[in-house]
Amino acid sequence: MAIRQLSVFLENKKGSLSEITNLLAEAKVDLRSMCIAETSNYGIVRIIANDPAKALEILIASGFAAQIRPVTAFAVPDQPGGLAQVLEILEENGINIEYMYALVTTIADKAYAVMRTDDEEKTEAVLAKNNIELLDEKNV
Amino acid sequence: MENRKYYQPEFETMPVEDIKKLQSEKLIKQVKHVYENVPFYRARMDEKGVKPEDIKGIEDLYKLPFVEKSDLRDNYPYGMLAKPLADCVRIQSTSGTTGKRVIAYYTQYDIDLWEDCCARALVAAGADKEDVVQVSYGYGLFTGGPGLNGGSHKVGCLTLPMSSGNTERQLQFMTDLKATVLCCTPSYAAYLGESLKEMGYTPETIPLKAGIFGAEPWTSENRRQLEATLGIKAYDIYGLTEISGPGVSFECAEQGGMHINEDHFVAEIINPETGEPLPEGEKGELVFTCLDKEAFPMLRYRTRDICVLSRKPCSCGRTFIRMSKPMGRSDDMMIIRGVNVFPSQIEAVLLKEGYTPNYQIKLSRVNNNDTFDVFVELPPEQFDDSVKSISAKEASLRDAMRNMLGIGPAIHLVPPKTITRSEGKAVRIIDERKLHD
Repeated sequence: MAIRQLSVFLENKKGSLSEITNLLAEAKVDLRSMCIAETSNYGIVRIIANDPAKALEILIASGFAAQIRPVTAFAVPDQPGGLAQVLEILEENGINIEYMYALVTTIADKAYAVMRTDDEEKTEAVLAKNNIELLDEKNV
Repeated sequence: MENRKYYQPEFETMPVEDIKKLQSEKLIKQVKHVYENVPFYRARMDEKGVKPEDIKGIEDLYKLPFVEKSDLRDNYPYGMLAKPLADCVRIQSTSGTTGKRVIAYYTQYDIDLWEDCCARALVAAGADKEDVVQVSYGYGLFTGGPGLNGGSHKVGCLTLPMSSGNTERQLQFMTDLKATVLCCTPSYAAYLGESLKEMGYTPETIPLKAGIFGAEPWTSENRRQLEATLGIKAYDIYGLTEISGPGVSFECAEQGGMHINEDHFVAEIINPETGEPLPEGEKGELVFTCLDKEAFPMLRYRTRDICVLSRKPCSCGRTFIRMSKPMGRSDDMMIIRGVNVFPSQIEAVLLKEGYTPNYQIKLSRVNNNDTFDVFVELPPEQFDDSVKSISAKEASLRDAMRNMLGIGPAIHLVPPKTITRSEGKAVRIIDERKLHD
């Protein structure tokens, strides 16, 4: 069920992000969502794309430290406290979130998010049991 | 009562001819001692075709083979011992070029001669029985603390064995007990000086009158600042664990180079490329021979320090030859917060921890304290996309470095192929500190 996310380890300096987006553009990889975690020395850019395997191949061939890992994509219940409800479920089940960001999709009228937790399989099982809508790559 | 001028005037002011005679007598005995007791020396001398009887005086010193730091590593831990362990009473240790540290052994005689050398340095800096000597060098395997501590006892000073660190306590003892002589690294002295200034002390109200600073390079500008801030006269001291520790040479009030304790150590200057001895006054690598150390006697040990020797008479009355401050190194050793660090040690840790040796060392100085940063390329296969996991890798690498080096650098993992390479070769060390005049 989980979707694949591409991450790249980048130098925190001018031009390093565009180097990646240019490479992916040339390879005609379509980017759906992106989030950057940065420190003063480096950045980690996380990307949801239509063809992560191809993107990874290109980046590795160009010498980047990159990886694909599964993340959980889910629909945030569209009401006040919707996200709080999801977080509460995770907390009750002892699941820790490493990071989370909004997922841009073509599906109208709904909010989606992507997260990495310390136990992806359990996360998906717990969310499904609580009727939180999960996305697979076909929906993204 | 006026302070004494010398600790052991019979040696310190001995006519040069007599010093040379004494050195010759001691060298002949020493060469025989190591040839008979240390298989390493015997093998090296045999290889070179030199027999103990070929050494008839210090004019024959050049015939002996050199000892290098790598020889100490290859003969770790007991290979260089010239006395039975039962006769040894202490070890001290310094960094090796890679994983193994250098262990130096001392008999009681060796400790005594080392402490005598430190006592001479203290007396040269104006210390006597009435003085309170604050020793803020590290105690332990490092020779700084134990050496000056022993010297201070010999002179009869009240000794404050502070060791390094805990600045607040250092300053409290210094001001409450009215320390008159401070022994530490020059950068720590500068740090203590700044702290005293912040507390409202002026050079006139700081009880110190002298400082003995060594274990790391410092410039004449550093000296001027230390003397002005602390209201003291600042003396340089030189030494290395392999030869004994601090006090191999020391400065007198003239502040014109450090007198080498020639009754115990013979200094030579050689061309670091060819090994050929150079005449007095020429710049080259400093080489020491221990004349009467028993347990761990280095003969023609290459220090890798570049300096100049001068036999010009000194107004202090000491006849011992003087060496300049080291002007650099003939290898890539760095001195960081008084600790000797070799790039090869850093490489060894990286390889052991699963990294490639693509790294860069950046040294700088902030508030008189060395900063030590190591940038390491993260191998692509080790990348995991959370900041937490990268921070954890940095922390564990820092711990591994601390275990090897004795000080922990700040580790910065960086993406592959981002460390600057000039002309295809990586620039390993960026040193922004101004260490030499």
